[in-house]
Amino acid sequence: MKVTLFITCLVDLFHTNVGKSTVELLERLGCEVEFPDAQTCCGQPAYNSGYVKEAKEAMKHMIRTFEHAEYIVAPSGSCATMFKEYPQIFRGDREWEAKAKALAAKTYELTQFLVEVLKVENVGAKLQGKATYHTSCHMTRLLGVKEAPFKLLKHVEGLEMVPLPNAHTCCGFGGTFSVKMGDISEQMVDEKIQHIEETEADYLIAADCGCLMNIKGRIERAQKPIQVMHIAEVLNRHE
Amino acid sequence: MSMKIGEEPFHARVKSGIDNSFMRGAVAGAQERLHARRLKAAAELGNWEEWRALGEEIRQHTLANLDFYLFQLSENVAKRGGHVFFAQTAEEASQYILDVAMEKQAKKIVKSKSMVTEEIQLNAVLEKAGCEVIETDLGEYILQMDDHDPPSHIVAPALHKNKEQIRDVFRQKLAYDKTEKPEELALHARQTLRREYLSADIGITGCNFAIAESGSITLVTNEGNADLVTALPKTQITVMGMERIVPTFAEMEVLVSLLTRSAVGQKLTSYITVLTGPRHLEEVDGPEEFHLVIVDNGRSNILGTEFQPVLQCIRCAACVNVCPVYRHIGGHSYGSIYSGPIGAVLSPLLGGYDDYKELPYASTLCAACTEACPVKIPLHELLHKHRQVIVEQEGRAPISEKLAMKAFGLGAASTTFYKLGSKMAPSVLNPFTTNERISKGPGPLKAWTAIREFPAPEKERFRDWFHHRKKAGDQP
Ligand code: SF4
Repeated sequence: MKVTLFITCLVDLFHTNVGKSTVELLERLGCEVEFPDAQTCCGQPAYNSGYVKEAKEAMKHMIRTFEHAEYIVAPSGSCATMFKEYPQIFRGDREWEAKAKALAAKTYELTQFLVEVLKVENVGAKLQGKATYHTSCHMTRLLGVKEAPFKLLKHVEGLEMVPLPNAHTCCGFGGTFSVKMGDISEQMVDEKIQHIEETEADYLIAADCGCLMNIKGRIERAQKPIQVMHIAEVLNRHE
Repeated sequence: MSMKIGEEPFHARVKSGIDNSFMRGAVAGAQERLHARRLKAAAELGNWEEWRALGEEIRQHTLANLDFYLFQLSENVAKRGGHVFFAQTAEEASQYILDVAMEKQAKKIVKSKSMVTEEIQLNAVLEKAGCEVIETDLGEYILQMDDHDPPSHIVAPALHKNKEQIRDVFRQKLAYDKTEKPEELALHARQTLRREYLSADIGITGCNFAIAESGSITLVTNEGNADLVTALPKTQITVMGMERIVPTFAEMEVLVSLLTRSAVGQKLTSYITVLTGPRHLEEVDGPEEFHLVIVDNGRSNILGTEFQPVLQCIRCAACVNVCPVYRHIGGHSYGSIYSGPIGAVLSPLLGGYDDYKELPYASTLCAACTEACPVKIPLHELLHKHRQVIVEQEGRAPISEKLAMKAFGLGAASTTFYKLGSKMAPSVLNPFTTNERISKGPGPLKAWTAIREFPAPEKERFRDWFHHRKKAGDQP
């Protein structure tokens, strides 16, 4: 099966390892992975800040870049959600609405793709320790992917999953919110970390690089002994 | 605008919110209780999503035909001998009520809970004219006793206070000498209030839903105080926002069911009062005179715009109770009597961007509110719409942000620019980087690194790795 990778700008620039893990994992499961070099960013930073005109330029560029793809897979719930919202954003636009719909219809978040399309839950991963999982807001509420990450993590050999208290609460990232409303964001991420600590987990796992950057950045600042991992990195651990 | 509370700028209010550990303890505790109860109540009802869809449909239908139902309502109120007054503005509404009070030479007025009377600042107007106004909802009463502390929550106005603080208010103002047990506090308030009902000249209420087909009004309370407010005084005045209307009893039942489950996680609140006009000969209690004041105050300007869904609101506060931002900053930080997600959407519409332009940004767009709303208002999308209006129509965004976003637009729409920018990033940020982290970032990163570490851009971008690997033929 041919998979077209939408790697997201955060992974491209800051989390290469998440990208590598995604590629290796998909290949191990028999996919042929391609990466259209023209891709940039889904437009979310501008869109969520209210700059719809600027965002739309980025979105059109992405629609063109992925036009040929059969399956688009992104290791990020929030960015996949953004692709899914393109049709609504271009509603009424004669030239772009249909194209946006076509793009949205073939877009999948990584764990969703593994469970719904490839129909695998056990990817043969191994990781020793105790972990808890942060359900990111856009992925669960807007994209509606709730179960897939847990199904996959359940089968990771050696990994004990513990539930995160108040899992439904946002970590305080929110894109530009994290800097515009830093005072509030700080309180939110601190409460999230407090709940993570309560689980006594060795690992915090999530499927969104935005949330991970926020939580990890704060954990590192506070020098807490919790390791933060993207789910692709966990699923790609097999030795 | 009249719904405003306090003059402090937004971030100063947020700071006092964050520093107020009593308030945060009280709010977090309440949020958790209410969250669990709401989910349970929804599950008990079964097919919650179908109920929500029905609630949404009822509200949308009513708004689409609002002029018709308002006409029908006023006809039916008049038929039963009531008076109807349409107030365009807050001032018109409170003036009309003041006129009635003056005509009746009213000295004492009892009130049941109503947000719209807060919005039109009714108490201040009446008190200025020499009337004594007494709030009978326990939460409102506590705030009134505490030197008119403003409400911080649309359903539980005194949510920001814990029981010890309430005890202290009662001790200071009401010669209370018992403990902070909620039952004892409530009993004391009830005993004090009971005397007031009997001697009041006018009873003023809000309105959860007005029923167009019969001209009735519905009041939903936990304490039964609305029953007394409407039964005892000779004159009753009900104040409603112009959108708080349903076609028939059948729709009212659906919405009350959604309201009580969403607000407090109960099947029904303890008291649902339905009143139709003044007392008739065969009735044993009820007012001799009934006035219905229907308040526009900016609502009709929202009709027909992309913000119209906000008028579907039934003021249940489910969105407030799940909001992680509200949880940390509390209701007073919003600077409006309407706080939480509904407040962040509604306050700029009714009160203008001058006072409320920060509120749409005080959200991570996590959509917890949208998910909780029993009438399916897309709250996080409306917050986003506000941002778009602020940037594109109002031109209020800071210049630096505008430039950054212009650059973003160019960069993200062009592979060449994007690649160039991303290639340069590691060297630009190199002076700030230690151990692959940035702890004190320049420019826009400063606000981030004030709180957290920022990852240094990778020396080898993902795309470089991918292409090198492909070239090297290192794929399976
Ligand atoms: S917006 Fe929805 S959830 Fe919030 S108070 Fe109104 S009806 Fe309730």
